[in-house]
Formats: sequence, C-alpha cells, structure tokens
Amino acid sequence: MIERTPILNIATHAILVFGLLFLLLPLYLVIVAASHSLQDVVAVPPNLLPGDQLWINLQAAWAKGHLGERFVTTFIVAMGVMTGKIVLSCITAFGIVFFDHRLKMPIFWLIFITLMLPLEVRIVPTYAVAANAFLPFQTLLDLSGITWVINAVSGVEVKLEWNLLNSYAGLIMPLIATATGTFLYRQFFLTIPEELVEAAKMDGAGPVRFLWDMLIPLSRTNIAALATIMFVYAWNQYLWPLLVVTDQSYAMIAVELSRLVPKFTATGGEVPKWHIAMAGTLIVMLPPIVVVVAMQRWFVRGLINTDK
Amino acid sequence: MAHITIQDVRKSYAKTEVVHGVSLEVQSGEFVVILGPSGCGKSTLLRMIAGLESISGGQITIAGKVVNDLEPHERGCAMVFQNYALYPHMTVGDNIGYGLKVAGLPRAERTAKVAAVAASVGLTEFLDRRPGQLSGGQRQRVAMARAIVREPAVFLFDEPLSNLDAKLRVQMRHEIRRIHNQISATSVFVTHDQAEGMTLADRLVVMNKGVIEQVGTPEEIYHAPASVYVGGFIGSPAMNFMGGMVAPKQACVALENGCRIAIPQALAAAHAGHLVQIGLRPEALNLVPAGMGAFDATFDFFEELGPARLYHFRFEDLMIAVLSSDKPPVQVGQPMGLKIAPEAVHLFSADTGKRLEASQKATESVLV
Amino acid sequence: MRRAYFKNNWVAALMVAPQLIIVFTFFYFPTSQALYWAFTLEQPWGGGNTWVGFDNFAAILGDAYYWDSIWVSIVYAIGSTALAVIMALTLAIFADRQLAGYKLYRVGMIWPYAIAAPAVGLAFRFIFTPGAGLMMFINQMFPDLWNPVDNGTQAMGMVIVAGAWKQVAYNFIFFLAGLQSIPRSLIEAGAMDGARVLRRMRDIQLPLLAPTFFFVLVINITDSFTDSFGIVDTMTAGGPSRATDLMVYKIFNDGFQGLDYSGAAAQSIILMLLVIALTFVQFRYIERKVHYT
Repeated sequence: MIERTPILNIATHAILVFGLLFLLLPLYLVIVAASHSLQDVVAVPPNLLPGDQLWINLQAAWAKGHLGERFVTTFIVAMGVMTGKIVLSCITAFGIVFFDHRLKMPIFWLIFITLMLPLEVRIVPTYAVAANAFLPFQTLLDLSGITWVINAVSGVEVKLEWNLLNSYAGLIMPLIATATGTFLYRQFFLTIPEELVEAAKMDGAGPVRFLWDMLIPLSRTNIAALATIMFVYAWNQYLWPLLVVTDQSYAMIAVELSRLVPKFTATGGEVPKWHIAMAGTLIVMLPPIVVVVAMQRWFVRGLINTDK
Repeated sequence: MAHITIQDVRKSYAKTEVVHGVSLEVQSGEFVVILGPSGCGKSTLLRMIAGLESISGGQITIAGKVVNDLEPHERGCAMVFQNYALYPHMTVGDNIGYGLKVAGLPRAERTAKVAAVAASVGLTEFLDRRPGQLSGGQRQRVAMARAIVREPAVFLFDEPLSNLDAKLRVQMRHEIRRIHNQISATSVFVTHDQAEGMTLADRLVVMNKGVIEQVGTPEEIYHAPASVYVGGFIGSPAMNFMGGMVAPKQACVALENGCRIAIPQALAAAHAGHLVQIGLRPEALNLVPAGMGAFDATFDFFEELGPARLYHFRFEDLMIAVLSSDKPPVQVGQPMGLKIAPEAVHLFSADTGKRLEASQKATESVLV
Repeated sequence: MRRAYFKNNWVAALMVAPQLIIVFTFFYFPTSQALYWAFTLEQPWGGGNTWVGFDNFAAILGDAYYWDSIWVSIVYAIGSTALAVIMALTLAIFADRQLAGYKLYRVGMIWPYAIAAPAVGLAFRFIFTPGAGLMMFINQMFPDLWNPVDNGTQAMGMVIVAGAWKQVAYNFIFFLAGLQSIPRSLIEAGAMDGARVLRRMRDIQLPLLAPTFFFVLVINITDSFTDSFGIVDTMTAGGPSRATDLMVYKIFNDGFQGLDYSGAAAQSIILMLLVIALTFVQFRYIERKVHYT
C-alpha cells in the first residue's frame, strides 16, 4: 500500500527500539558485570562499559561450577527429552489418527488432559514416583488384591522397586509425560490426505511401513519444530532436577548456576561474586539462545502449534 | 488380465445402504466405465473392488478368486486417484517404483521397470523431480505410470481427469485409451462426465441412487436408453421430455393439449392406452415453418455451438431444445413447427420410468 | 469424517502403549496420589496414614501464611501478566507494520524466551541488588531508597519485572502470529474506507486480535502460578518475610523442606483446581476462536 506516514514511522521505530533496549539491557548489564573484576562491579559510580576480564571470568565460572560436566549432563537430558518426546508423540498420534477403534477417543482424552496440569503443581507426588517408578504398579497390584493372592499362593511378597533418583531416566521421563507433542502430531496427521493412505495400501504398504516411508519423511518440519522447543524446555529445567538429583554427577546446568550465588537473605554475609555469577549466566544462556535464533522459524511454528 | 464378477454387492454405512445389490460382469481386457452423478455409489463400488472399502453384502471375484477379505495389494489391482495421491516427498521415479519396493523387488530391476514405464508415458526427463514441481497433466501421468508399473490385472480409475482443465482432459482421455489398447488390462473407470464415459468405454454402466440403471455399449445406451433417467443423463444437450398417452389407432402419443406425436405402429399397439413420457433428442427434432410439424413452439433464443446451433423453444410451460446445423429463419416470440420422425421417439412408462419397446406387453396403467 | 484406516489394531495398541504407561506413571498416578495424601495424614516415607477428611484443607485455609501466599501469587499474576501482555501487544502491533528492520526487531523480541528462569532470576537479582551497579549508585545518592532485601514491596516489584521480562517474548510471538493471520484484504478494505494506520489498528486489528489476546492472557496467568518457581527461588527465595512466597514456592518449601506431605498435597490440589479452572476458561476462548475463522 502506498501510505506516507513519516511521523508515525519514526514513532514506530522509537517504540520498537525502546522495546528492544528493554529486552537487551539486562543482557548488556550481565556482559558488563561478567567482564569486570568484583571490585569494579561493585564500584561507585558503576561501570557502564564492558571491561577486559570477560575471558578470565568465564574460565573461573566454568571451573567453579564444573560447567563442563554439567554441559554434558544437561545435553544428554535435553537430547533424551527431545528424542523421547518426538518418538512418543509421533507413534501415539499415529495410533490415534490412522486406526479406527472404540478406545480412540478415550485414549485421546486421557492423553490430552495431561496438558492441563504442568509438572510443577504435582511435584510432590511425582517425586515419590521417581523414588520408585514401580510404585504406581505396586499400588495397582495392592489395591486389586493381586499382591495378596500371589503372597497367599506362592509365599512371595511382591515388591516392585525402581529408583529413578539420580538417574537420567528420572530426569527425562517425567518431562516427557505430557501431550504437547502428541497434539502437534495429531494436528499434522489429520491434514494428510486420505488418498495418500489408500495409495500406500494399494502399493502394499502396511501401517508400520506407511509410518516409516511416508509420515516420518513428511513430518520433518514438525520434528524440527518440536525438537527446538523441547531442547530449550529441557535445557532450562530447574525445579525437577533440583529435586531428583543429589548426586552431583547428574546435576543440571540451571541448578548449578543458582549455586554460584548464595541465597537471598536479609543479613549481609560476604558480597556475592557477581562477576563470576554473571559469567556463568552468560555461559548457561548461550546454547538455547543459539538454538532459538538459528531455528527461529521452526521454533515459532512449534510454539504456536503446540500451545493451541 | 482378469475377469471381474460382482454379485449382488451391497454397502451400508451404519444403517444407510448406499449400494443396493449391484451385479456386474467385466470381461478380461474390457474397458468399463461406471457413470453416474455424485453420490450414486459408483466410487464406493470401485473402492470395494479395490479393497479400500469393506463389502457389506454380496461377493466380488477377480480372476475367479473371491477377494472380499483380501487386502488391497493382494487383489492385483492398481488405482489412479482423483487427486493423484502422489507421495509429495518422493521423486517421480520413487513414486512410480514404491509399490515394487514394498514388494521387495531388487533395485536394479525396479529402476529398469520404472524407466521403461516412464518412457512409455513420456516422463523420462522428470524422473528426478518432485510431484510439486509438475503440472497437472504430468502428475496425472505419474499416477498412471505408478499403476502401470505394477502390471496389475485390473486397473481402477476414480475420476482421474476431473482435476484437469478441459483441453488437457480430452488429451488425457486419448492417452488413457491408447495405454489401455497397449497393455489391455481390465479397466474400471468411474466418472460423472458422460463425454468421458462415451469416448472411453467398451461398455458403459449407468448408476443412480445405488443401483445400476443400464449396462451397454455407449451406442446402445445413447440410442436405446433403458429409462427416463438414463435418457436424461446421457446426451448433451439433454433429451426433451413430454408427458402423454398412447393412442393406438392413430399410432401416436396424444399430449395433454391435444397435440399428437407419431410413433411406430407396433410400438403404439403394444402399449395402447398407456400413460407415457416421450423422450426426444434435440438432434431428432427438425425445424419447419409453423403449422407444418407435429406441433408449434415459440422461439426463445439460441446458443451458437459452432458447427450447429441449439435453439430453445417454449411449448406450453416446457422448454424444448432443438439442435440444428442449418440456420432456419427464426424470430424471437414467433412460432415454428417441430417435426419428428416416428422412429426417433423414445417411449418410457410414466409409472416406472422404464423404456417401452414394441416387443413388450403393456400391463399397467391402461385406461379402460 | 476419515475413512482410510489401517485395520491391524494391535499395531495401534503397541503405538499408544508407551505413552499411556508414561502418562499413567508420571501423571495420573501422582495426581491421584496427591488427592490421597491431601485427605490423609501420612508419615513421610512409610508408616501408616490415616484418613482425616478435610482436616488438611482446614489447616491450610486456617493458616494466615497460606492466605498471604495466595495474595502474593495474585499480585504477582496480575503484575507480571499486565506488564508482559501490554508490552508485547504494543511491540507486536508496531512490529507488524513491517517497516525496515522488521526481521531484526523480531529476533530481538524473541530471543529472551530461550533463557532459563534461574538465569533470568540471577541476572535481575544482580541488576536490582543494592550492593552493586546502578542501584548501589542510586542508594548512595538517596540513602536507603532501594532495598529489596528488607522491603517486601520492592522485592515483589523486582520479581514481577523479571517474570514479565521473561514472558514478553512468548506473548510477542503469539500476538504477531495472530496479527499476521488477519486477512490482508481486511486491512486493505480499511485503507480504502479511509482509515489510516492507527485508526486501522484500533478498529480492525485489535478487535480481531481479541481471541489471541484472551488466550495469551489466560496462559500468562496460568504460567505465573506454575512456572514462577525458578525466578522466585533464585531472586528472593520467597523473602523477605514471605513477601514473595508464591503458592508453587510454598508447596515446594512445605513439602521438601518442611516434609509436610499432606499439607503440600492439599495445597497442590488447590493449585490444580485453580489451574484447571483457568484451563476451562482458556478452552472456551479457543472454541470461540474456532468460530471466528
């Protein structure tokens, strides 16, 4: 459209630049703090320009927080959540969309309802499950009387136990137990023309073959979108790893980060090592920022489609 | 090559029956076109042959084998879909060869077959493209090639040309017929386009509301439609219909307003006193000066078709179309005479809508 | 209705089974367990548990700290949501004009979504700390003006700013997508009718964005109740004197520091009900959105 609005254009840019600054300023201040010595960070008047200590502080934070190891752990968990989620979502949606059975809708709702309650609100009992992942099944057996029957018949006490605390399984599985990806996949599968299914049937492809040869190649954009948001989601996990991990070899990076600074308290104590903490913050921020910026298109698509 | 037998086949969804006991024989190597309006059950019938739809009742055999419970790929059929159903993420070559791949054919053999078939439909240079990069006609060819490469006993076509523009449609029609003549597999072709049916079919099956109205060669069906429905459905421009009663003495049908239309003596005698619908093809009517024909009608307007014109007349509250290649002197609002040869009149029972022939005995609706 | 299905239902069963098992283990069982605990009194890790009816709820609801926590959560929800929604909406509607630099603005607005809550919390805690940087400078000029370590209102203020900062990107993405799904022809029709840019924003874009707006609003409120743990824990740890003790933080504290599982479970149930109620509101708006298009 031909519209001349010079004043409004200037105002538009001003508003957007202001917004940009609001969002970028904290990052800038973090960088400034991370590039000075502690002395300079707490100096008055404050330093508003980056210093020359950045590399030194980054190294110090890397060493102090064992960030190398934490990177590996966090990366493994992020990959686990990503792959687990993609595979589970894909096959579950496949089972729901491409087959016709009476349990179809009940199963769909059973999975869909999990969207309602995020992990945080059921954190306490989920922790109990993580302490023994077979607890739900044990409870089922107990309640149904099967435990008692087995005990009476064979004298064997059924005690199922699988401790997930301090393990990758414990970190990953509860994070996978929601319907976000399943929903995304279902929406996508519903757009696949029926004739494609029929053509594949005429060509002699069974369901598994169809999934492998048609749906998976066709859902590449879906996979990219889901992978991006799941990576960021898993990388940034804090509450769950805080609970489930006591053995430091499984500690995740966001948790480690929070340990670089003593807890917020009323009484002073020593001055927090802000320069190190901010250097650590920078390091921890970096991978998800790179993923989001580089995969912007998939990321935005994934976000919009999973939450609707 | 295979012979298809369809015996009293039914299809119901929940409680609604959409195909009511259809029986049909398709000879080996024959090209059969099933023609009918949308919702007449023709696609459902085709899909039951393919195995994409379960059969609620009756039996289908292909090459002497009952296929009711066989999977689609076990029936030896190949199908060309209306929207082509090409796999969007595979190249043309992979699309054509996918069925062979599933069947476990070695790569070398597959490539050779795909190449041969692609050459026969003129796709050789497109083998590495994706379906999205092809034109409608080319996609259609890929769909055909995909069917041909499997050397099926039976070819099924589900309105494969309806997504093409008019010119391409005619061209592909010829191509399909040419391919059929080459490989002469048994073919069943479903369409709602009568021109497609007439040009392609060895035998035409006209369906309506889940039953077969008539089976015959295109010529038979055009010249001796078995019912009012078939008469009206086949032929463009469409047949004109008028109601009346057979008067045997004058060998004519008396219309309600007293006009008389002559019919063959034997036909009149066989159905004396019968209430009928007469069917008149537009090209069977001749324009003559007013008062010289069977009846007079008022000229309304004409359509220029090129080789001929389609004249529209008012007769009472009916519209009558006349196809004529000479250019008679007509004037809007003025009457013209319409003349009909007795043999050109189609007679249908007013009750049942069925065709009446001289050899049949009139049994119903006789006014005493 | 779809009619092209595969027949082998046992394949379908195999496909959905893993998800169902995981969902049962980590969702349905814990949720029902929370219910069970909320109505019983249990010793942590073993020991008997006795049915106590609504006693746990009565205890919580009789606890002034719990009401404080609800109040604080509401203040946080309203504050952070209002800030994040208004800001994101303004930015999105102007970014949608797609002037020069549009792509740069877009990336600039989106990247904060990538940052982990503890990182955001730590960064803002540093920015707002009276012991360093800008705030220290301000405090030297106006002594004791800023001290979130003692002042609950100030602590809440900085948590709200941090929470909103983190949420702006998410909202921006949704608003921009919502704006871009408005048919261009409508904007053009508005222009032909003589409406200029700001007028069109007010009369065409904003009304048509209403469904997205409500969706984002509800999501923000829900997230502020559930997703705020990381920020609170790293910034204030609920302090000073419970001024930022949000519901989800209190559940964590009572359950894992105080080892009061029944109390934490009862609180969880209340929070769940709240979230479910919000979700229903959200579904209603989603439905309305479907009717819209």
